[in-house]
Amino acid sequence: MEKFTTLKAIAAPIPLKNVDTDYIIRIERCTGTPRSEIGQYAFEMARFLPGGAENPEFVLNRPKFRGAKILVCGEFFGTGSSREMAVWALAGYGIRALIAPSYGQIFYGNCFQNGLLPIVLSSSQVDELMREAESGKNFEIDLGKQTINGTVPFEVSPRRKKMLLEGVDELGLTLAMEPKIAAFQAADRARRPWIYQA
Amino acid sequence: MKTMFDKIWDMHVVDDVGDGMQLMFVSRHVMHELSGQRGQMEMAKRGLKMRNPELTVGSFDHVVSTVPGSKGRGVAWADKMIDYFRDESKKAGIHLYDIGQDGQGIVHVVGPELGFTLPGTLLVCGDSHTCTHGALGALAWGIGTTELVHVLATQTVVQQRPKTMRVDFRGTPPKGVSGKDLILALIGKLGTAGGVGYAVEYAGEAIRGLDMEGRMTVCNLSIELGAKVGMVAPDGKTYAFLKGRRHAPKDALWDQALAHWKTLPSDAGAEFDAEHALDCGSLAPQITWGTSPEDVVGVDGTIPDNKPAALEYMGLTAGKPIAGTKVDRVFIGSCTNSRLPDLRAAAAIVKGRKVAKHVKAWAVPGSWRIKQDAEKEGLHQVFLDAGFEWREAGCSMCVAANGDYVEPKARCVSTSNRNFVGRQGPQARTHLASPAMAAAAAIAGEIADVREF
Repeated sequence: MEKFTTLKAIAAPIPLKNVDTDYIIRIERCTGTPRSEIGQYAFEMARFLPGGAENPEFVLNRPKFRGAKILVCGEFFGTGSSREMAVWALAGYGIRALIAPSYGQIFYGNCFQNGLLPIVLSSSQVDELMREAESGKNFEIDLGKQTINGTVPFEVSPRRKKMLLEGVDELGLTLAMEPKIAAFQAADRARRPWIYQA
Repeated sequence: MKTMFDKIWDMHVVDDVGDGMQLMFVSRHVMHELSGQRGQMEMAKRGLKMRNPELTVGSFDHVVSTVPGSKGRGVAWADKMIDYFRDESKKAGIHLYDIGQDGQGIVHVVGPELGFTLPGTLLVCGDSHTCTHGALGALAWGIGTTELVHVLATQTVVQQRPKTMRVDFRGTPPKGVSGKDLILALIGKLGTAGGVGYAVEYAGEAIRGLDMEGRMTVCNLSIELGAKVGMVAPDGKTYAFLKGRRHAPKDALWDQALAHWKTLPSDAGAEFDAEHALDCGSLAPQITWGTSPEDVVGVDGTIPDNKPAALEYMGLTAGKPIAGTKVDRVFIGSCTNSRLPDLRAAAAIVKGRKVAKHVKAWAVPGSWRIKQDAEKEGLHQVFLDAGFEWREAGCSMCVAANGDYVEPKARCVSTSNRNFVGRQGPQARTHLASPAMAAAAAIAGEIADVREF
């Protein structure tokens, strides 16, 4: 997993509520597309017109937001399907951080598993950053200090912060806990034998 | 004084990993060929072995063809995915229910149908509608691919403990109002972010009055309420539903399990972080008009004007009645509404009538078993006589990953769970409703009030 420490990049405003993971990546792209190629299909329905040409009105196609690595989003970004390909598509497109008032819960967890930082701020703070993003200027995110542009602080769980800073996912940590898992299972089997007779 | 959620959660904590996160033991795992195959590929890449295949059930639903007589096979990429999932699942030794076999179907239908989903278990699956299993008093939620690999390798998942919410569904729903209408009305009231961060317990007279399948429909749409977890306390209906099913405990183990299950419901006086109520006594059948499940009105209501972009996408005019809107497609199926009572409710409306000439209508049973049982009752003949297509079991036009989709700008009344932009196909226009409402729309050729049938 790619580490996340600091990021200086253009932030694109996406002032839509309830952007769902079907909208971020279409189901057809979740079936056979290799993970390394999925980024080109991020926001496919919005970035391209039905004929296949680029939609010049979509924010990521506007010249000043090309190369954006941060998205400032409306409420409940990433709602809907659990498809982790939505995060893979954003990461593949080049997005490393998100700023929104709230996220779809499964999507939120999936971000941390893939080196993408989803920042939660109040609606008024997000609105303010949305206005700043409109100017096309660079944003600076410092995960170690937990700040945006040096002034806006944000919260992140220490465990998840450590995972991002070090570029590790959960699995390695849990595999080392096997004795505890085995002990739990033995005790549970004694307490609830029917669970293990499936 | 504990809530049901707290009891089941606490029973599955392996360890506190700090920072409000806990390592949770997964006592039931369900897999399907779409997310499951991705997980298996990652496992192979990392050289990992599955830890507890005996606690996993797998089946085929997302990409299988539901074309009548297709045996699940359709396009080449889907067949490849199906074959990979089958081979890896057999190698790993999970309980696999193959296409054309009793036990195959939509994983959130067959988990309960097989008696694999049990009260008091912690169940996960690489699919957001895993919350459906909460209807049996299980703690169940959907996970992503990386978490799925974590489950395959360690039989655990790391999770932040959610807050608790209880919703009291008051009164007795009138005729024509089903579990689907109850949950759509709740989402309309609280919004799609209303449940974010919560495990929701559905309680009250109206929930107790639902059959198990109706409770599954309610729990299914928890994720559309923003909650990963939705649950209903087990009761006599739950135990009667489970008894004798293939994976359910037998004999002495059944008695032992039953005694335990009876301790699961929330204690009287247990405190929830949030409480809501919904009066069901005068509810109308519900139907969505926009591109989010919260965009919902009673079928006797008018189209609101607060979301112009959604109305433009849907091709609707604010201020007009929703009833009378002409439809092109009707889809009865999905993990929300493809079970036997759903098909019966739809067939009761369809019986002796004909699908409107301009409408293409499908009934897609949720599992191989449901299809057989429905045919034994003659339901398939009711649908076929009316002009419906009667298809093979699978996710079909809910996920549109299998060749089943709605044409651009065509309007579909669907019993599924998502009316998102492009969900049922590029530019498709989806109206979510109950099976009876969908059947009424098929006959009338327009959105219609099922109470008038």
